[in-house]
Amino acid sequence: MPIKIALAGNPNSGKTTLFNSLTGSSQYVGNWPGVTVEKKEGRLKGFKDVIITDLPGIYSLSPYTLEEVVSRNYILEERPDAIINLVDASNIERNLYLTTQVLELGIPVIVALNMIDLVNRDGDRIDADALSRALGCRMVGISALKEEGTETLAEQAVALARSGERCEKPIVFSPRVEMALKPLADIASWHYPAERVRWYSVKLLERDQKLLEEGKLTGEELAAAEEASAALEREYDDDCESIIANERYNFITELVDSSVIRGRVGMSVSDRIDSILTNRFLALPVFAAIMGVVYYVSVSWLGAIGTNWTREVLFGAVLMPGATAFLNSVGAAGWLTGLIVDGILGGVGSVLSFVPQMMLLFFFLAFLEDCGYMSRVAFIMDRIFRKFGLSGKSFIPLLISSGCGVPGIMASRTIENEKDRRMTIIVTTFIPCGAKLPIIALIGGALFPGSAWVAPAMYFLGVAMVVFSGLILKKTRLFLGDPSPFVMEMPRYHLPGLKSLLTHVWERSRAFIVKAGTVIFVACTVIWFLSNFGVAGSGIGLVSQEGSFLAAFGGLIDVLFVPLGFGNWQATVATLTGLAAKENVVGTLGVLLGSAGAAEKTPELLHGIANLFTSVSALSFLAFNLLCAPCVAAMGAIRREMGSWKWTLIALGYQTGLAYAVALVINQLGSVLVLGRPFSPGTAVAFVILAAAVWLVVRPEPGKKGKRPGAPAERETAASR
Amino acid sequence: MKSIPCGQMVKVLRLEGTGALRRRIMDMGITKGTTVCVRKVAPLGDPMEITVRGYELSLRKQEAENIIVE
Repeated sequence: MPIKIALAGNPNSGKTTLFNSLTGSSQYVGNWPGVTVEKKEGRLKGFKDVIITDLPGIYSLSPYTLEEVVSRNYILEERPDAIINLVDASNIERNLYLTTQVLELGIPVIVALNMIDLVNRDGDRIDADALSRALGCRMVGISALKEEGTETLAEQAVALARSGERCEKPIVFSPRVEMALKPLADIASWHYPAERVRWYSVKLLERDQKLLEEGKLTGEELAAAEEASAALEREYDDDCESIIANERYNFITELVDSSVIRGRVGMSVSDRIDSILTNRFLALPVFAAIMGVVYYVSVSWLGAIGTNWTREVLFGAVLMPGATAFLNSVGAAGWLTGLIVDGILGGVGSVLSFVPQMMLLFFFLAFLEDCGYMSRVAFIMDRIFRKFGLSGKSFIPLLISSGCGVPGIMASRTIENEKDRRMTIIVTTFIPCGAKLPIIALIGGALFPGSAWVAPAMYFLGVAMVVFSGLILKKTRLFLGDPSPFVMEMPRYHLPGLKSLLTHVWERSRAFIVKAGTVIFVACTVIWFLSNFGVAGSGIGLVSQEGSFLAAFGGLIDVLFVPLGFGNWQATVATLTGLAAKENVVGTLGVLLGSAGAAEKTPELLHGIANLFTSVSALSFLAFNLLCAPCVAAMGAIRREMGSWKWTLIALGYQTGLAYAVALVINQLGSVLVLGRPFSPGTAVAFVILAAAVWLVVRPEPGKKGKRPGAPAERETAASR
Repeated sequence: MKSIPCGQMVKVLRLEGTGALRRRIMDMGITKGTTVCVRKVAPLGDPMEITVRGYELSLRKQEAENIIVE
């Protein structure tokens, strides 16, 4: 049997850093509370038979949040052999609050005082021996970041787990509360092993709903417990949860007063930085400036240099001509050269050329996240986002989604409230990601040459749809309810470690490159085959595109897109392949209209596209492709983060339904207003959709007895359920 | 606590509200008798930032309403 050691502690106390240092793995670390949502396991370095479990960061073992329940259940059901309770020594009062609860669980505990080096640097002194005596457990001072003291910690934790020596329970509560706990301990001892009685008796006093739901206790016992709680409450004129929380903190205050000497006076560096970054007048301009610099450097300036080099030199001038020359020299068939050069190198190349931009963007975002600024962004933006039924924390996923939707969706897990999190996941891919940029560039370049408004208009459309969705979804039954609380810790600023940043950039970039190497590789190959082969004579062979399998398939379903103005098979197929990866929309149009994806702006391609669309249907095509269900990688992320197929389908259904409605309105109204075509039934449908949209936004929030209105967006979500 | 001006130190008298939010506020260290300092208000007027037990905590005014101070 391997030894199991659990790692428990407050969010942002350095648990993931410690986990990485103990196990030698490279999980992502952020200076942002709540980076770990699921628990993670790893083998302790230097010990073959010791497994470390990193639990989500929690402030308490209350039954209210997902992370707390995950941690509680793990400890109570899996019974690890020991718990390492990580305590941020620079924030010791609040961290010890969890410690007082962990000590009640009846499992050997060792407390690791993390960031002890920062405390010493600030001139504070912590008397670890005094703390250790008062809490009745071992204590080790460490610096997880510098890997100081972590080996001692590991050795002591393993020794503790092997010996199974439980700590003495500290005297946390007042004599009066202990008196109330006594009959509850008697009740608990009938049902639970001796070492866990303390935990259950405190939970009984608190009327912990998860414990009561377990249903182990008889009605009589419940009544006795209720009486003990009620008697205490009458005496204190407060509820038991508060009494317990108060006494825990009173105990800690006394303990800290006697064992911690504070040497720091005045403002710390972190305070000074913060006084500028969240200053009443400077905060918004500074925020805009930081984001401006990040985007300028990673998208326009350095990133664009890297991207152009990859596209034009590496692929355009070296790999593609090289491959052509090589294939010709070995006498490969013409179709094989076409497949490898135009299909695969062209398609994959157009995707890989985004890697430099992505890497720079990921680097900056990781830096901002890790140094503590992202929590301040949430703080600054909360007021605005709350109006749309989102929270300040939704801003981070939206921002990251402008690079790539997959990490954007994953970033949503820092939002504790489930409704907010789901809503953020649904709307976050409306923001055009890096892979959608080439679609905008291509269509814009073909139909609106020289005009600068297309790209900003598409970003604006994305943001507008986020706002619109927030406004209408928060009034639907699925999202109705009070806004989630925003009680959030603001971590201290610190300079992120370069290793951690680079690890993070590498992890995310690798995921992107792997996607290019697998999904997009296969998609390019398949598209090339399907668009070049078809039924020729009696068998299957090379045919012109109009006779290809792809044309036949696209022709079957392109009628769906007739109301949107792009009911031809090429546009239909491009949209479908965009579901594999959005870059494919460009790649497919490139393959179908006579040039490879890498050479994005050849005159023939632009000419071909200009023939395929009108100015109005081109915008409709853009809008649909930007807003509809995202690529499979992002769909997978949605599925993972939603944790249910029902919600995944609701999200994808809503996105596609909204995209269809928007594209239809653009096309139908555009046809009449811009192209001067006559009114048609489609125009009427467009007006109905507009009216419904206005009504959905302005209607009052339905009360409890509110009927379900049959508006398009809602019918969409209902149907996909 | 909603109406306390920036820079002022106050003592918590009691907490109102129920359930998860109330528990959360207590778990974060705002309990009866705690001294908190109102640090600042976000540029758009909400939420606010306070210092409690030596660290910074942000909360919306709506949530601060549940904290009754001296």
